[in-house]
Amino acid sequence: MNVTMKVNGVEHTADVEPRVLLVDYIRTNLRLTGTHVGCDTSSCGACTVLIDGEPVKSCTQLAVQVNGRSISTVEGLSAGAAMTPIQTGFHEEHGLQCGFCTPGMMMVGTALLETNPDPSEEDIRWAISGNICRCTGYMNIVKAIQHAAAAQRAAAQAPKPEAVTAGGGQ
Amino acid sequence: MFPAAFDYRAPASLAEAVDILRQRGDDAKVMAGGQSLIPLLKLRFSQPGLIVDIGRLPNLAGVSRQNGHLHVRALTRHVDIERSHELKGLLPILPEAAHWIADPLVRNRGTIGGSLAHADPSGDWGSVMLALDADLVAHSKAGERVIHAADFFQGPFTTALRPDEVLTEIRIPLGSGRSGGSYQKLERKIGDFATVGVAVQVELDGGKVKRAGIGMTSVGDKNLKAVQAEATLAGKEPTDEVIAEAATLAAAAAEPKSDIRGSADYKKDVVRVFVQRGLRSAVARAREEGK
Repeated sequence: MNVTMKVNGVEHTADVEPRVLLVDYIRTNLRLTGTHVGCDTSSCGACTVLIDGEPVKSCTQLAVQVNGRSISTVEGLSAGAAMTPIQTGFHEEHGLQCGFCTPGMMMVGTALLETNPDPSEEDIRWAISGNICRCTGYMNIVKAIQHAAAAQRAAAQAPKPEAVTAGGGQ
Repeated sequence: MFPAAFDYRAPASLAEAVDILRQRGDDAKVMAGGQSLIPLLKLRFSQPGLIVDIGRLPNLAGVSRQNGHLHVRALTRHVDIERSHELKGLLPILPEAAHWIADPLVRNRGTIGGSLAHADPSGDWGSVMLALDADLVAHSKAGERVIHAADFFQGPFTTALRPDEVLTEIRIPLGSGRSGGSYQKLERKIGDFATVGVAVQVELDGGKVKRAGIGMTSVGDKNLKAVQAEATLAGKEPTDEVIAEAATLAAAAAEPKSDIRGSADYKKDVVRVFVQRGLRSAVARAREEGK
């Protein structure tokens, strides 16, 4: 069956067997291996991607189900060399140990801050409650998302630089 | 893991969906969000020849009030119920129960209709619908059929739905008096199946219970309705003694099995405690509503 979806802003069309899972399509067909397969039974959240901005377990979704929709994976977070606040937060707060759960955690964190820019610690813990960290590094994961939230709020409040007009301004 | 091969159809309308089911219903599974079905397909516990994906049918999601009933369309997602401010005021048991289902990622895809049609004895919505005395509406080529919640669940993963039918709506009577409800759940960790869950809904008339509904999760081969406990509450003032008696009757009606989540005796006692807590909370909410 022909399936078209946007992944990290790029449109892909492929002939996909209906039983192909979204995570396998992303990892095998698109070669985007940042999305991990952990439990493969909808328990761990390592395979979390965003479908139209909402975090979903891509091991429990058929590729044909997301025909026509927009998917974001961890590879889509940074534009070139610049890291997003979530990525910087995980870097600064040491929000990972082995790193296996990290892509899922960052996608969930990204979606949370999109809808709730000033989450409480409980909001964060609830948001990541479908994602398991086998290293049990939850303290720093929570701190990483708090760091990102603070950075994002500060950026939003910072005065915008004045537009530079052609010829060097005034 | 990946499922055994199947044919896949994503009909554009409900009419088309029931047409397909009339022809191939015996060999087909209806899929909404897929959050229960896809794991079963992957483990090959279920190997249908055809998946009918109704997940994107129009006009099958959302909540409305009609003729003293709350109509919840089958494709309404758990997350939408959990976050609904309207439902928090109107029927707080719904967002409260939704909050306990699986985890936030699953709630972004899973639907109330899919969960009910899946009829897992550990499913939360079944108990809620038994407590609310809801009606479940099925559509087929022949038209609409209304099934009472008490008749809907027939056993593990088995419902009164026929192979050619699709569950399209849940209709919940809103009652005329002051009402309140509560959902209590014990789980080892988020995302695990319930060790025990209890749904309670009461309607008060003056100081007395006009109607009480109690549904129980994970303590039988299907969601159970604590009929005797409900009956003992009716017409009485909900004193501590009356509540304790109802809780004892509900625990006696529970049929849990001993497993890794606890012994049968332990689970029965959790039912007793949850019915007490749930009734107290539901009665307090009903009284609050009257102020």
